[in-house]
Parts: sequence; structure tokens; C-alpha cells
Amino acid sequence: MKLLFELSRTGRGQDLLPLSDVPACEFGGELLRQAPPRLPEISEVDLERHYTELAKQTHGVNDGFYPLGSCTMKYNPHINEDMAALNGFTGIHPLQDENSAQGCLEVMYRTEQLLNEITGMDAMTFQPAAGAHGEYTGLMLIRAYHLSRNDTARTKIIVPDSAHGTNPASAAMAGFTVVSVPSNAQGGVDLEALKAAAGSDTAGLMLTNPNTLGLFDPNILEITRIVHEAGGLNYYDGANLNAVMGHVRPGDMGFDCVHLNLHKTFSTPHGGGGPGSGPVGCKKFLDEFLPEPRVVRDEGGALRFACPEHTLGKVRSFYGNFLVAVRALTYITVLGKEGIPEASETAVLNANYMMHKLKGHYDVAYDAACMHEFVLTLEKLKQETGVSAMDAAKRLLDFGMHPPTMYFPLIVHEALMIEPTETESRETLDRAVQVFLDILEEAKTDPEKLHEAPHTCPIGRPDEVGAARNPVLKYEFA
Amino acid sequence: MANIPTELRYTKSHEWLKTEGGLSVIGLTQFAVDALGDIVFIGLPEVGDEVKAGASFADVESVKAVSDVFSPVSGKVVEVNEELPDSPEKLNEDPYGAWLIKVEAAGESEELLDAAAYEKVCAEEEA
Amino acid sequence: MGSYLPSTHSERREMLREIGLDSFEELYRDVPESVRLKSLSIPEGVSEMEAAAQISALADKNTRYRTIFRGAGAYDHYIPAIVKSVTSKEEFLTAYTPYQAEISQGVLQSIFEYQTQICELTGMDVSNASVYDGAVAAAEAALMCQERKKTGVILPDTVDPQVIEVVKTYCGSRSVPVTVLKTKDHALDADTLKAALTPETACVYVQSPNFYGVIEDTTALAEAAHLSQARFIMAANPISLGLLKTPGECGADIAVGEGQPLGMPLSFGGPYLGYMACKKELMRKLPGRIVGETSDKNGARCYVLTLQAREQHIRREKASSNICSNEALCAMTASVYLAAMGPEGLRRAARNSADHAHYLAERLNGLKGFELKSDKPFFNEFLTACPVDPALLQAHLDKEGILGPLPVEGGLLWCCTEKNTKDKIDRLVEIVKEAAGE
Repeated sequence: MKLLFELSRTGRGQDLLPLSDVPACEFGGELLRQAPPRLPEISEVDLERHYTELAKQTHGVNDGFYPLGSCTMKYNPHINEDMAALNGFTGIHPLQDENSAQGCLEVMYRTEQLLNEITGMDAMTFQPAAGAHGEYTGLMLIRAYHLSRNDTARTKIIVPDSAHGTNPASAAMAGFTVVSVPSNAQGGVDLEALKAAAGSDTAGLMLTNPNTLGLFDPNILEITRIVHEAGGLNYYDGANLNAVMGHVRPGDMGFDCVHLNLHKTFSTPHGGGGPGSGPVGCKKFLDEFLPEPRVVRDEGGALRFACPEHTLGKVRSFYGNFLVAVRALTYITVLGKEGIPEASETAVLNANYMMHKLKGHYDVAYDAACMHEFVLTLEKLKQETGVSAMDAAKRLLDFGMHPPTMYFPLIVHEALMIEPTETESRETLDRAVQVFLDILEEAKTDPEKLHEAPHTCPIGRPDEVGAARNPVLKYEFA
Repeated sequence: MANIPTELRYTKSHEWLKTEGGLSVIGLTQFAVDALGDIVFIGLPEVGDEVKAGASFADVESVKAVSDVFSPVSGKVVEVNEELPDSPEKLNEDPYGAWLIKVEAAGESEELLDAAAYEKVCAEEEA
Repeated sequence: MGSYLPSTHSERREMLREIGLDSFEELYRDVPESVRLKSLSIPEGVSEMEAAAQISALADKNTRYRTIFRGAGAYDHYIPAIVKSVTSKEEFLTAYTPYQAEISQGVLQSIFEYQTQICELTGMDVSNASVYDGAVAAAEAALMCQERKKTGVILPDTVDPQVIEVVKTYCGSRSVPVTVLKTKDHALDADTLKAALTPETACVYVQSPNFYGVIEDTTALAEAAHLSQARFIMAANPISLGLLKTPGECGADIAVGEGQPLGMPLSFGGPYLGYMACKKELMRKLPGRIVGETSDKNGARCYVLTLQAREQHIRREKASSNICSNEALCAMTASVYLAAMGPEGLRRAARNSADHAHYLAERLNGLKGFELKSDKPFFNEFLTACPVDPALLQAHLDKEGILGPLPVEGGLLWCCTEKNTKDKIDRLVEIVKEAAGE
């Protein structure tokens, strides 16, 4: 397919702006750029067709089943988009006087109240623009807390070996050293290893529960207690909150702060990699450290921005990805007190249903009831047939399915991590199971077909090694 | 089983070492290179940098993984293999020819293994 | 109650039985009894129609100004109709990060095109696929420059105060010293910078046009930084780059900025877009996703996420940044915007914005008490004195649906774009006169 720059023809273009209606101001030549940027010159119709063609080469949730583990690719309701597109939100300047933006402040205030209740927290900030950004912010809260007590020896963050890569990376960014603890035979946190790791240098623990294996750690209360008794705080990575909404709350499990991924759990679309939103909630004793500003209600009932007394500062300009919060608020408003827990239990049901149907054909990494996702290991299949997790994943593309997350978590070999979400019907799940079984059959009879997959996509497997060895990162103009 | 030349010495972290003209020549073993897969980038130190026994002095990237390279000896880098950054594939093709750095060693070194002992380390890791 | 579950309750019961369970509670058997939630204390769900009414009522509570003379980091530019049309395409909207290149060529190619456009705008060699916003781009750029022996960032007080705050947060947690230089006349002069530079300084960060609209003497500042072996990071409003000297031409090593003016509505502060580009030698230090060109097994040109070994999912605690999700759809917005505008359209946006701002400055400068606070060249923002209570001035403007200048320390910060046409400026000046009692 041609690039925008290859479609460009000198003199073409669109008449979007008038010429200036006031005298031209003078800039000294030393202030001006030497040559105009080589932006494409394209008519509106050609531009539209370019993107329509690109859209055809993109698979979204609306195109088909998207069981990408840990990413919660649920359906994104249209009403969310309509609400986020209201002029009364999109046309509001972030530096308008608070009195003229009470609706925006109320979106933030109301969403905060709802999410506090869902997570069992007391206060929340919407500044973080994505999950990893939320992790960083949460860890900065933990850091600020210890420093406020002059407890400067707490420099270590404990992270299980099954954690997302963002966890250790965020801890390092927040200035901590990472201590990795192994998983036990059941896939949970090894309590003895945790006890050995926790001590007077422990700043906190970062935990995803259910974890990346899709397992709810039954020792969760013991885990958070061990860390608290060592003087550390517990951070809940909300990446997998979609399993437990309305059934159990991080705040009740002993967590002190939490980040959520509104673009996963609360049905806002992922946009091909963002914008997301990673609000961070915390218990009362941490709220004085939250980024500024926060939204509070004053005595007269109006909403105001306020700066927490010992704020850790800002992690982003303004108030975060506001329109993403509008979408999340719309979603929670529709689902309400029954719909939220029902969404979670259906997500768990769908995962268990799929796992049940695949078990006995594929190896499950940890043979236990799962939560909202489960992990297959194709290690044995690879030994027997040469067909890898990658081959199976690529073959799924031929059946119009987005593959599961591959090769993660790192502690499982040849892993495929499947998260169906609650917004898939039984027929979709049954069909997906059938595709998985067909691929298994193919692995035994025609492995070559899998090594060569996909066969029906716009491109075949790309040369990633070549791309990394000789990086071509922009169009080279003739 | 990966090729393990008998004339070299090895570390448990999969570096090889030989002495040549008074200098320590350091590279990555075939076992390590095979585990990484197609190497796409090698980050090397500069001539004049100090390296420390047991500390990382370089990193090697494949598409899906990255690995630190640890120095078996302490000392000063006197030469780096300038070819590698532009042709990282040489490391895949000939790991024992594609040395990374030459070091003027000053004393202390990591525990070094002979080929037979190193072969055992590899066998254990594969199991 | 609303719901997006396709399966009915009885279907779900059947599925439950099929996996050998009797109740939905059993799905949560690993959750300790003592912490199982009985019921969520939030309102009951409602139909789509009711939800739409509730949320729209909130939107209606806001004052939506028809004319905006306020910038300070968020700019009211004209957004071509095609921008929203393209970025609403459901394939783009509902896709995840393009890990599976075979079914993600649309997103990947659009990011590759975006990277090319950002390099063209800034005069840099390499762009990433975006970060969260301009402030985070600034912080990430500062961290990119830190080395074992050179650590520390210098930036003047003419940088957007929010950017300074975010840089301080990010650098603080990594023990990177941040020095904020006091300036005279709302611009940093090279001598002040030279006096502050030390051999340890890793980088200098300058915004131009700066927070007060002034075009900084970036070439001299870059020279000063380089003399001290420090990197030079330049932030620019991307619209200004339709006209003004590029960061590359100024000698910058890294160019960053807030991409919101490129087709994103004000949206009360977000989603916005942080753009980040650098010289080739810094390529492997650039954080975030990067798309590269390659070929598939049949030799066809295609695009993939590349240089991934820099990133957190591989390098974990050794990664230079933790960024994962970025602002992909906003990057696409910027890319469509730039493609629709073309070089001439972008030039007009820059030209009109600057011309309008200069016309307004001249009109205000003629009013008693609204003198310009600086005689340095500016782009589309400028600072004037303020002889009246800013709240009183805004109260006058409110009556005609105008959002006036931002009150800042030292006066009023005004802003124009191509949307602030002559008749709107003339009317504004009339009201300002009234408010000032002239």
C-alpha cells in the first residue's frame, strides 16, 4: 500500500483555512524555517480512501473475537463515544474558571466516587494517562508516604515474577530497587519467599490479583498482612480488575493504593494503543500526597480544584485524559450496582467455559479454576510437532480471530494467555474453541501449514529481525 | 549441543575468555547466542572504560530479548570490536570469532571454567 | 439496568452447569469469605436513554465559549471535518496496540506516517509513536539524556509551569537535579545559561515559543549547551513549526512538545499528545513504541513495532521508561490533520495565528494599562499589563461568550489562532475598553 507521501502531488490539497484578514506580521529571516515541511499534498477524497484502506487492514474488537490476555478487549459501547463527543465537553478549555466548568468537575467527582466504591478506596486522581503511568503515580505515593515519616531506608519494591513488565519498570522509575519473588507451585505468591524478602527496607509490594496466570491468590490476606507487618504498603495493579468488580475490593484485601485501566475494565476503546486512562486510588492516609489538583466540594456545594497538602506534584498537565473518564462514567452509569458485578462474573464464567472445553486437548499451565483469563502452554505440542505458540497464534488470524497474548507470563513456556471477556456470546466461544481444536489437528497432520501461517492476511509474517538490524523509521523522500 | 572450544575458558554467565598478546579477549558463547536468537544490536563500552569482574559491560539484543554481558576480569578496555554494531549477525554466525572487547586485565577475575566444566553448566540449564 | 452481555441469564446458567458448578458464587471460591462483597453501594443501572440524559446534563452545565483568547498549553484551532471522520473509524478506535503486524498494518502504517511527519516538522531523524502529553514528553526527554557521569537538567522559568512541575516529579524520583533559571524579560539569555551550566549538566530544556509566547534565542542557547557537552532539548508548539525555525535548525538534539494543536479538541485537558523526536545517535534511548519498515516473507513492504528491546516488556526494571500504552489515536489525529492541511494549510494556520496575535497586541498596546510586557519577537501568545481586576474583565467577556486571557503573574496572557478573526478581535477590544472604563 502506498504511503501518504507517495500519494502527494504538488499543488493538490484542500482549502481548509482562509488567508489572513489582518496585516502580516514581520518575522526576521533568522526566525523562519528554511523550507516548508514536506507534508503530503492530497485531495480530500484521496485522503479518505487512504484511511479507509488502512482501516480494512486493521482488526478491532468490532471486527471479531479478541481474546488478548491481560488486555480486557471487551466491546466498547457507542453511547460512550457519543457522550465523549459532546461539545459541552470537547469545547471546554482546561484553564477556564472552575465556575464555568462545573459539569467537567462533576464528571471527575462522580467518577471518583463510583470508582472509590468499586475499589474500596477513599480518594482518586485522574492525572495518569495509562496503566503504567498509574503504576508510577501509585509508587510515588508510597515513596512520599515513607519519606514523610523520614523512613528513608525503604528503598525496595517486591514484585512477583509473574508480573507485567511495567511493574518493575515503574518501580525503577520511581527510584526503587526491585526484588523479585518467585511463584509457588499453584501459581500464587510463594509466602516463604515473600516473608524472606519483606523487611525494614521494604517500601511496598506490587501485585496483580487475579495474577497474570488468571488465578486469584487464595493467600491474599496473608500476603498483604506480611507486607504491612514489615512496614511496607500494598499496591494493587488493576490490570485484572475485570475479574472481580463488585465481588471483592482491593481496599478490603489489604491494598493501600491501586491503579485502574479505564481503557480495559471500563470499556473505553484502546484506539490502537491509547489514549487510555490510569486513575490512581488510595486510602485516606495517602490522600495528602496525591498529584494536584484534586476535585473537592466546597461548603457552598460547588466543585473546586484543591491542592493536597503534601502533594507529590504533577505527573501530567491538567487533569489527565478527561474524555476517557467521561466514557467510563457513562459505562458505570448504564451498568450500575447489579451490572458491574454481573459483568465480572460473566467474564469469569466465559474464561472457565473456554478453559473447560480446551482442557484435555491443550495443556493448561496451572490446572485450577481460573478467573477472567487462563494460560495454555504449548510446550509439549512444540516438542511433539514442532508447532510453537507463535505458529498457533498466527494460524488463528486466518480464522478472523485476534490471537491471545503470546509468550507471557514469562514463567510459562510457549504460553498463550486467553481472556474472552464478558461481551462474547456462547456461540463465539464455541466457535473459538472449535478453531483451537482444528489447529491442534492441523499441528499433527500438516505442521508446515502452521509454520507458514497466516495465509489470508494482508501480509505474511514480517521480518522483525531485519527491521531491528537496519531500522527504517521514517519515509525517505526521493 | 553447542560448540565449546577446549582452548577457551568460560564463565557461568556464558562469556568466553582467552589471553592473546597479554590482553584478555572476551566474547559470548554459542550457547548464549543460540538462546538469544537472531542478534539485532550490541551495545559496547568505549575504549578506555573500566570493566569490573562480575559486572555488566555490554548488552546484546535480539528481537524479543535482551541480555547483559558480564566481564570475567577487571581492567581497562583497550579495544572494542567495531564491526559488531554494524553487523550484529556476525555474533550469530561465528560467536568465537566475533569477540566483543579486549581488556588489559588488572588482577581479580571471576571463577573461570574449562570446556568440560562449562559443558556441564550448559547441560544443567538446558534440563 | 443496562448491560452489554450478549448471553441471557439462562444461557449463563447452562454454561455454569456445563463446567460443573451450581452457582455463580462458586466462581469466586478462591476469594476469602471474610472479604467477599455483599453488594456495591452505587446507583442502580439505567437504560441508554437515561444515561445519555444524565451525562448530557453534565455537559450542559459547562460554559462553552464561542470565542477563545486563551492558550497557555491548550489551543483552539480549527479542526478539519475529515479528522474526526477518520479517527472514528471503528477498526482504528477498537484495536489494541499493534502487536500482531499481520492484522494491524493500518495502525502501523499510520504511525510510520506520523513519525515521518513529526520528523519533517521538527527537523529530527527519529520519532516515537507518541507519549501521554507534552509535559511527560519533556520529562522523558530529560531522563533520556542522563548518563552516569552527567546528570542534571537546566530549564528556564519561561517554560510552561505545568511542564516544570512534571519534569521535577520525574527527575526527583530518579535523583536527577533540576535547576530552574530565573529570567529577565520573559526570555532566557545565553549568558545566564552559560553561568548555570556545569560539566555535570546532562541537558538543557527550552520551550520556544515559550509560555509567554516569546520566541527564544534557541540557536545561541543550543550552542551554549553544546559547548558544555550538554544535550539541548527544544519544545515547540507544532503549529509554529509551519513557519518558524525547526528544532533541528536550531541545533536541538531532541524535539518534544504538546501535539494537541494538531487536530485535537480542547477537551478539558485531554486526551492530548506528547510528540518526541531526536537525532539518530539517540535513537536507542528514545522511549516508547517505534514503528519500522520491513518486508514480509514474500518480500512485500510492511511495518512492525521495532527496537522493542528498549521497552519495559523485555527490559523490565532496566528499561529507561515504563511507558506501554501511548496516545496512538491522538497520533493518528495529528497525522490526518497534517495530511489534510498540507504544507500550505499548516503555513496558513501558523500565519493566521501569528498575524491575529500581532494585530490584537497592537490594538491592546494602544489602550491605557494594557501595554505589552516584552519587546521580544513572539508567535501567537503575548503578555500585557492588566489595569483591572481580571475577574471583572472576564465577567464582561462572559456576556458575549468570549473566554479572555489567562491571568498569570505579571499580567494577562493572550492567545490567538486562525479562529480569532479580525472582527472577533475588534469586538474583544471594544469590550476590554468598556471593562477598563475607557
